[in-house]
Amino acid sequence: MSEATVPNPWRRRALLLAPLVVAGGAGLGFYAMLRGLRTGDYDPRGVPSALIGKEAPDFSLPPLEGADRPGLSAADLRGQGRPVLVNFFASWCVPCVIEHPQMMRLSRAGVPVFGIAYKDKPQDSLGFLHKHGMPYARLGVDLPGRVAIDWGVYGVPETYLIDKSGVIRWRWAGPVTEDTLTQDLEPLLRRYA
Amino acid sequence: MMRLLQALSLALLLAGPALAAVGDPSEQLPDPAQEERARAIGRELRCMVCQNQSIEDSEADLARDLRRIVREQVAAGRTDEQVINYLHDRYGDFVLLRPPFTLATALLWGMPVIALLGGGLLILAMRRRAPATAPAELTEAERARLSRIEDGPAT
Amino acid sequence: MIPELGHFALALALALSLAQAAFGLWGAQRAQPRLMAATAPLAAGTLIAVGAAFASLMWSYAVNDTTVSAVVQNSHSAKPMLYKLTGTWGNHEGSMVLWVFILALCGGAVAGFGRRLPSTLQARVLAVLALVAVGFLAFILGTSDPFERVWPPPMDGQGLNPVLQDPGLAFHPPLLYLGYVGFSVTFAFAIAALIEGRVDAAWGRWVRPWALAAWSFLTLGIALGSWWAYYELGWGGYWFWDPVENASLLPWLAGCALLHSAIVVEKREALKTWTVFLALLAFGLSLLGTFLVRSGVLNSVHAFANDPARGVFILALLMLYVGGGFALFAWRAAAMAPTGVFAPLSREGALVLNNLLLCSIAAVVLVGTLYPMFADLILKQKISVGPPFFNSALLPLAAPLIGAMSFGPMLPWKRARLWPALQRLWWAALGGFAALLLCLALEGERIGPALGFAAAAWLILGAAADIADRIALFSRPRAALARARGLPRAAWGGAIAHAGLGVTMLGLAGMGLATDRLALLKPGQSASLAGYDYRLDGVGDVAGPNFSARRATVTVSRDGQTVTVMTPERRSFPLSRMTTTEAAIHTTWLRDLYVVLGDERDGGAVLRIHNNPLAPWIWFGAGIMAIGGGISLSDRRIRVSAPAAKLARGEAAA
Repeated sequence: MSEATVPNPWRRRALLLAPLVVAGGAGLGFYAMLRGLRTGDYDPRGVPSALIGKEAPDFSLPPLEGADRPGLSAADLRGQGRPVLVNFFASWCVPCVIEHPQMMRLSRAGVPVFGIAYKDKPQDSLGFLHKHGMPYARLGVDLPGRVAIDWGVYGVPETYLIDKSGVIRWRWAGPVTEDTLTQDLEPLLRRYA
Repeated sequence: MMRLLQALSLALLLAGPALAAVGDPSEQLPDPAQEERARAIGRELRCMVCQNQSIEDSEADLARDLRRIVREQVAAGRTDEQVINYLHDRYGDFVLLRPPFTLATALLWGMPVIALLGGGLLILAMRRRAPATAPAELTEAERARLSRIEDGPAT
Repeated sequence: MIPELGHFALALALALSLAQAAFGLWGAQRAQPRLMAATAPLAAGTLIAVGAAFASLMWSYAVNDTTVSAVVQNSHSAKPMLYKLTGTWGNHEGSMVLWVFILALCGGAVAGFGRRLPSTLQARVLAVLALVAVGFLAFILGTSDPFERVWPPPMDGQGLNPVLQDPGLAFHPPLLYLGYVGFSVTFAFAIAALIEGRVDAAWGRWVRPWALAAWSFLTLGIALGSWWAYYELGWGGYWFWDPVENASLLPWLAGCALLHSAIVVEKREALKTWTVFLALLAFGLSLLGTFLVRSGVLNSVHAFANDPARGVFILALLMLYVGGGFALFAWRAAAMAPTGVFAPLSREGALVLNNLLLCSIAAVVLVGTLYPMFADLILKQKISVGPPFFNSALLPLAAPLIGAMSFGPMLPWKRARLWPALQRLWWAALGGFAALLLCLALEGERIGPALGFAAAAWLILGAAADIADRIALFSRPRAALARARGLPRAAWGGAIAHAGLGVTMLGLAGMGLATDRLALLKPGQSASLAGYDYRLDGVGDVAGPNFSARRATVTVSRDGQTVTVMTPERRSFPLSRMTTTEAAIHTTWLRDLYVVLGDERDGGAVLRIHNNPLAPWIWFGAGIMAIGGGISLSDRRIRVSAPAAKLARGEAAA
């Protein structure tokens, strides 16, 4: 057989190597994911907020009857002279009970913590706060849950950090633990002070 | 298995009281065409607290709220794009079951074309490498032998 | 005692597999017949050992031995015996034992049925299978030991998840694993061919039955899972493009391409490189699925309990087998001499197109499934890739594939002309067109279902045209019956399988026309949908073995005649604090009537009523596809030794 048109052996080699290269790349990716799962860098279940860097949505919520706190509106988030926290909670939410002591701690440290009761009957919210403590300087009632949807809330508890000019800077979905407080929140409070 | 159950129940807890409704006839739009439009839009939106379901397929509270919002907006005369943007603004890219066309998703949306073209080119490249060697010319003696075989009975 | 025996059996299997791998590879490399001959009995021994381990695990479940921690976590004395037994594989550890058991079965089958294989080939295939077994046995013994004890034993198990106590879900894993693990055999054949540096017609003939068997089982497994989702999840949905569903579809697509490509290798000694690659790919995708489901990198309701440590082990195995296979491929595939020249328009050309389209579909599904994970990892962006993407992206690839499916079998090998093939298919095309028009006329401008019906008609009539052409039904009708009886089974199998896909398309198109109705009914009131009237008779309490339920009684009638009584339920399981909805389904040849019970309020109950035209055909079609595969498998020609091999041995002896 004549070797007149010798096929380009390197091209063929390159093509045959392609599956290995692709598989290798994917393998590295998977390994990075597994590492990230352990360190917390990679979280397939968490969803970032779409409102980070944007102004808090416009809203106005009535106060909770019997809680002795004023209601909450968008204007209250600005003009405090310091960053504020907005905490969505409900009495029927078990992780909210778990994180409540952290809210109390924050409010005792002088951080303005505002609460929004999400889809919670007023008397149930009252009962919850009497039992576990009242950390909120202001408290709004969002019974239909519409304001929460404007914030992009998809479950409770969720906590937002808003800076002095009313821009949302950070969102934490799930209970705020002591670690979250010390490692994530406190540095941010200092940064936007 | 237990961990899966725990994860599921935690997700449900975070989502809201599990009323597990099949859907409420009173929440459907009276105009069937509008209802169908609302459903089509709903099928494009992800239920944020479920695993891979659209808001039309889910029984979660949040899904029901979002379905209500979609129907309100459709009844108010918004276009499909406006309704989807409304939720996209609040929940980000994750809520869209059809990923948006951006630079980041170029590879994803281009995949059918890339695969076909790439595969096609590969096939052509592999075919061309088979050297199509033309048979060498017959010599005089071979030609004579060939004509003897073709024309007469074998001797 | 029994769990310890089981544990020991697993360790024994590991040792036997190590020996089998070593003897097989070394023996084949050095042409040492005694070493090579040792692999078959070792495979038999491995099968017995793993079988014993599997049996002892099942025994522990059957007697509800609460000293075994797997039993405690996943079972309960109140479970019916069937579900106690099938619960063996309803969890991570047990399912891995099932996996290795099926792998051992495959090894035993190759040892038993492969006696006519050349000894080097058989030895290498068994060696590679043993290598895979070594990896997975090590994984089980190292990280996922099902025989771990717990002392003191608790009173009873904790695992009474009602969702798992279901016949469909109970048998879904074994069928799936028969598919996934079946592709390990084709993988082993590919590795053996690469080591040997030779792929020939005989190899194609050996590979084909294994590819067919694995593919048929996988078809059944996927169909069973889809059917389960349809009747259990309560929304009438049957495929969600969920990452774990895609993980089972990917090896199916690659396997489909493989079994077609192997035909070309066998008949024409062409497409060798591609076929070897597909064999490596099919198993690689099976392993990828195993990794995705068990490692925790995926966000899916299907995923087993996730443990990143286990994930790393599985990733290592994945890289070893897939990476090793592809490395061997890159190194040795160039050595395989391509022969077989063919024109672009020919049966081979059509099969190349088939490969291309199937692989493109697989590429799109793969990228769509992995994209959210990699976008999150690399770009830190969370995106969703859901059904709207897959449906849009795959339609332009699926349509030409369906067109080619009826066209390809009509083309002769090596070189074909377009016109004769078109001539033979004219009535299939006519049927497709007629179906399209009929659907548009009857149901209005529903383009999707209309195209689906057209595709179904094209496929079914095309398969009929294929058979009709082979037996010369229209040109020489008198001897057609005799020819039909003499037609090789593989021809029947292929036509039936293609028709099966057509039947599934029929079901899919019908479901595209599904309608539903949500109604709040008080007892005595009725709602109607698609010509049927649904009257709610009442809602009552019902108690089951481990649940209490609210059951609605709905009488369905048509034109005044009672058709059936349906009883949808909402069950609550106090022990596991779960509520499930049990849809009531009434299946006829033409449709499914599907009723779900919702909230009760204002003295009545909310019912969601579905009319699902042609729904059962989706799964009947899958069954027909698998039957087609089975018929092809039973073709004697596949199992008779290829003449080339015999001749070579004869010459060597002379």
